[in-house]
Amino acid sequence: MSSLFTYTLRIADSSLILGQRMSEWCSKGPTLEEDIALSNISLDMFGQANGFYHYAAQLDGTKSADDLAFLRNEREFFNHQLVEQENGNFGTTIVRSFLHDVFNFLFYTQLANSKDETLSALASKSLKEVKYHFRHSSNWLVRLGDGTAESNAKTQVALEELWMYTGELFEMDALDTELLNLGVAVDNSALKSEWDKMVNNTLAKAKLTRPEDAYMATGGKKGLHTEYLGFILSEMQFLQRAYPDAKW
Amino acid sequence: MAENATVWEVFIQSKNGLAHKHAGNVHADDKVMALENARELYTRRNEGSCIWVVKSEHITSSEAEDSEAFFDPSNDKMYRHPTFYTMPEGSKHI
Repeated sequence: MSSLFTYTLRIADSSLILGQRMSEWCSKGPTLEEDIALSNISLDMFGQANGFYHYAAQLDGTKSADDLAFLRNEREFFNHQLVEQENGNFGTTIVRSFLHDVFNFLFYTQLANSKDETLSALASKSLKEVKYHFRHSSNWLVRLGDGTAESNAKTQVALEELWMYTGELFEMDALDTELLNLGVAVDNSALKSEWDKMVNNTLAKAKLTRPEDAYMATGGKKGLHTEYLGFILSEMQFLQRAYPDAKW
Repeated sequence: MAENATVWEVFIQSKNGLAHKHAGNVHADDKVMALENARELYTRRNEGSCIWVVKSEHITSSEAEDSEAFFDPSNDKMYRHPTFYTMPEGSKHI
């Protein structure tokens, strides 16, 4: 596996798993309008994942984009642990999206300058959607945080539960550093200060308290996951596993 | 969003320079949410370049029973229609 292949796969996996999580809201959204909004965002995430999987498949030369999405096991997925966390209540979903959207916005902004032309093009294309996703999740975060006592309390709990998964976003491993030196990868650690600024800004508007940085979970990049990813994959991959190469 | 959320009318401009056309309505608690919901529901297939949302309560409508008084008198006034002019070639959106 080339480093570029793995790097591309990591990006695709986070988009796919978050898309799959958001799609679980389809038909269960709090209102008709929000149901459609969540499903639309989910489809955006699948579209982004699709672009990166196609590029990864091209780099690999033996597997298709579908193979990569549907025929890998839990330990072969490299998504951030944040995106596989449960939907919880609507506030949990919004907090999870918000924390990831801010990162994605900063990450794609930098990746758009990558020396790898395909990654750069995919990043620029995704960036337009990510700006909208950020707008959606940050507006909701302010509404919920600065809403009723109940909505504020639930959102604060979600923030505290998910905070431990934010440390991983800024990690750099040997592979990241290797590609960063070639001008291909993004320096994740350098995104932290801007991420802090944007997150603090929205949290203040939402009257939410930023949790203390305590224990931070890690491992997604190495294929180590929380208990939830296996369940997500078994539902998502069921059809391809039970009926290999099934066509519509 | 509360059960009794406000209803907003949605107007979409399909291209720069054209008039906004009524597309339908959405529920939302505030104008930002109304605009976002309208974007989700009515511009998924690249329909627009601009969206307006207006609270439905701010729209005053004529009543069906008034339609005779409102509209019938114009039926026999042909001269109100600009059909006696030749349209300049190449003019659009008139």
